[in-house]
Amino acid sequence: MKIGIPKEIHPGEKRVATTPDAAEQIIKLGFSVLLEKGAGLAANISDEAYKEVGVEIIDNAKALWKKADIVMKVRAPERHPELAVDEIDLLSKGGRLISFIWPAQNEALMQQLADKGATVLAMDSVPRMSRAQKLDALSSMANIAGYRAVIEAAQHFGRFFTGQITAAGKVPPAKVLVIGAGVAGLAAIGTAKSMGAIVRAFDTRPEVKEQIESMDAEFLLLDFKEEGAGTGGYAKTMSKEFIEAEMALFARQAMDVDIIITTALIPGKPAPKLITEGMVKSMKPGSIIVDLAAEQGGNCALTEKDEVVIKHGVTIIGYSNLPSRLANQSSQLYATNLRHLLTELCPEKNGTINVNMDDEVIRGTTVIKEGKITWPPPPPKLSAAPAPQTEAPAYAPTKEQQKPNALKQSIPLIIAGLVLFGIGSVAPTSFMSHFTVFVLACFIGYQVIWNVSASLHTPLMSVTNAISGIIVIGAVVQVSAPGFVISVLAGLAILIASINIAGGFLVTRRMLEMFRK
Amino acid sequence: MSQSLVTMSYIVATILFIFSLSGLSNQETARKGNYYGMLGMAIAIVATALSASVTSYVILIIALLIGGAIGARAALKVEMTQMPELVAIMHSLVGMAAVLVGYANFMDSSLSLSGVEKNIHEIEIYIGILIGAVTFSGSVVAFGKLSERISGKPLLLPGRHWLNLGLLVAAIFLGRLFLQQTETGGGTLPLLLMTVIALAFGVHMVMAIGGADMPVVVSMLNSYSGWAAAATGFMLSNDLLIVTGALVGSSGAILSYIMCRAMNRNFISVIAGGFGTGSGGEAAVVEGEVQPIDADETAQLLLAAKNIVIIPGYGMAVAQAQHTVNEITKLLRDKGKKVGFGIHPVAGRMPGHMNVLLAEAKVPYDIVYEMDEINEDWARVDVSIVIGANDIVNPSALDDPNSPIAGMPVLECWKGGTTIVLKRSMASGYAGVGNPLFVQENTRMLFGDANATMQAVLKALKG
Repeated sequence: MKIGIPKEIHPGEKRVATTPDAAEQIIKLGFSVLLEKGAGLAANISDEAYKEVGVEIIDNAKALWKKADIVMKVRAPERHPELAVDEIDLLSKGGRLISFIWPAQNEALMQQLADKGATVLAMDSVPRMSRAQKLDALSSMANIAGYRAVIEAAQHFGRFFTGQITAAGKVPPAKVLVIGAGVAGLAAIGTAKSMGAIVRAFDTRPEVKEQIESMDAEFLLLDFKEEGAGTGGYAKTMSKEFIEAEMALFARQAMDVDIIITTALIPGKPAPKLITEGMVKSMKPGSIIVDLAAEQGGNCALTEKDEVVIKHGVTIIGYSNLPSRLANQSSQLYATNLRHLLTELCPEKNGTINVNMDDEVIRGTTVIKEGKITWPPPPPKLSAAPAPQTEAPAYAPTKEQQKPNALKQSIPLIIAGLVLFGIGSVAPTSFMSHFTVFVLACFIGYQVIWNVSASLHTPLMSVTNAISGIIVIGAVVQVSAPGFVISVLAGLAILIASINIAGGFLVTRRMLEMFRK
Repeated sequence: MSQSLVTMSYIVATILFIFSLSGLSNQETARKGNYYGMLGMAIAIVATALSASVTSYVILIIALLIGGAIGARAALKVEMTQMPELVAIMHSLVGMAAVLVGYANFMDSSLSLSGVEKNIHEIEIYIGILIGAVTFSGSVVAFGKLSERISGKPLLLPGRHWLNLGLLVAAIFLGRLFLQQTETGGGTLPLLLMTVIALAFGVHMVMAIGGADMPVVVSMLNSYSGWAAAATGFMLSNDLLIVTGALVGSSGAILSYIMCRAMNRNFISVIAGGFGTGSGGEAAVVEGEVQPIDADETAQLLLAAKNIVIIPGYGMAVAQAQHTVNEITKLLRDKGKKVGFGIHPVAGRMPGHMNVLLAEAKVPYDIVYEMDEINEDWARVDVSIVIGANDIVNPSALDDPNSPIAGMPVLECWKGGTTIVLKRSMASGYAGVGNPLFVQENTRMLFGDANATMQAVLKALKG
């Protein structure tokens, strides 16, 4: 099958859906790859680089769309500015399209694609499960966005991120607040931290606390109990009381921090407004807000989409397509995501795809199959977020077992007591003196052995082996007893026991010599 | 030598033995303790040999020399990876010696006892031989299993508990018969029959125990060999034997207890055999995909890490990888990284097996930690390397109540940064349990022979 990669037509979109590396792998799967002339230029990839790995360069978009059996894009189809025609119309009837679609926001587009009888796989609908991680384009793009957000902030921020003490005076470190610790938030935390800033982070999902702290950032705790994790590891809308407490926290932080990076998104809904105009006013002049939710309306009330604005002395960055500002990197990751998807779709490596709706990953990604809208998919069986109750049941059974144990433990004691009583009532005194020695020796052994270091358990076993060779003196006593058979038996016993004595002590010595600091 | 002097020598020997064991409480005093043990043994043998009852020195000296030579040779030649086998075969020797001494004593007619004392003496002989025979055959089978001459899989005969019970009843019945017949001077036949039954019982008991339970078996047989010596002591009215036997017996019993606790198993259920047969519902099936890694990437991860923990298991012993591991450890420590070892109590086939292997490879013992010492520190660990271990790093022991190893304390390495698991292939561990660790997000699998892959990592680290 032929895979076509058109040039992205969205204004400012620099990414491209495949790279030479990825294309090489795709060709190995048995596909042939067609690329519109100059599609990679914006991401600094020349047509020659593609040609080298065997990609065919097609001169114009129309021919490419026509020839391709599968079209792979970054952006959802839209109106072509040069050809004055919708990309959907270029898609051949019953064609296949793989790109970002955002089916929830783009119902009209979905309907149009369905009318065409197309099969559409949406890279934004990859289910959140561990097997699908390698094709999760949202995560790989969010990672880039988080990184770039910090870089953009640094660009507009008039000071160092790291604190320094120089001959020319002391420089305090920048304080960064990251709201929302998803993939983008964590990437932003990591980047800001590595630039030396003091980083604080907030998220409605308490389970991300560990992740935030693992990156050496401070997790801002809200004195409020509510579970913030929705299905599939994403956040959900919180109650009114929670939001009020949250807003109070942000208001306090706004006065203190220099840079706020917001990444709060709720799937399929406008972004929550977390930073009010009042908070912006309270920030120090020269502060920065980077709003990664600008596309969905912004987390800050004053954000203007795709613009950098200065309001009340605060620079508010509302770029909606940060990954495109790192076009080469994001093309690489996106191309790899697409390649993994193709590997899933083409398990036999024969160059044809099989949209197997029984496969949970492919089922979730496919939003239209042969003209039939299959979105939304049934809920995934596995959630990316660990269920909070996993540990509790594991401990319950052990507790139940403890009760009968107490009773069980006393039974051996009772039996032992009865046995001792029985022995005492019949045994002669000569036996009792030996028995006293025996019982006392058991207790000494008990006390001594508990002090043995666990790392010396093997030497302990070999040395006890050696001293249990003491049985040799039993044989020594008998070797002189009358009778040939007895002498032979005793002699044999001496021989065997002395193997133990010599072997045990020497091997113990050998081992102990090895234990060195 | 007078009897009092002999007794005094015995007391000195006893004290030296106790010093020998208490010396093992740390590495510094352990070497000295071992010499105390040797001294004690020498005093005991010389005192006994010089006592009035010993007259024929030829057999005595020849047997001592031959036995000593064989033992010394074995001790100097044995590979550290084969220590479990050596220990097992030495247990069997103690058992065999106990049987031989028992028979010799039974045939010795020079003793003249009567009434209850005679009965007690006969019972002592009977029990001494019984324990000795069980120890002997059980240890031989354990040796076979450890050296892989016998399959490590548990042999589960139908109705094995009833079979064991039957053997016990038969042994008691034969004991009665033996006592009745000795009244008239006979009793050889019941004694021989009982020996056969005891041997069969020992074989059956150890055959039913799986490879992962071997540490318990080895320490249990250690305990038995002590009780056999103690029983011989009663038989000969010799306090030194009784005390030493009791020391060894309780030592083995405590080791067995520690091992059982480390696996969250009931001692009785280990002895009765059959791993995981008694558990309730189905264990959760492990789902997900493993993420492989190669030696170069492993080296990169190690170079980027600050705090590294290595978790060795039996697989490291099999692949003889401990020397390569030590080289890597040295290299990383020279680069200023903190490297430690986390040892699970039942790692390997014998208590303390891993410590000995690491000591052999000259890993300093102060960076080798026990499970309890390290289990709280995982959050600070950047990279952990699991070498040839499986069940001791299995998270389902903690969170899956239906897992056959549920409740067993494990090294919780998944709580750290990245875990690298060295493994030959995707087969499950000795317990036959799937391991969710392998499909965790922060786990990477490094497939191949442990030694070969560690060599490759070492090369990548150097290069």
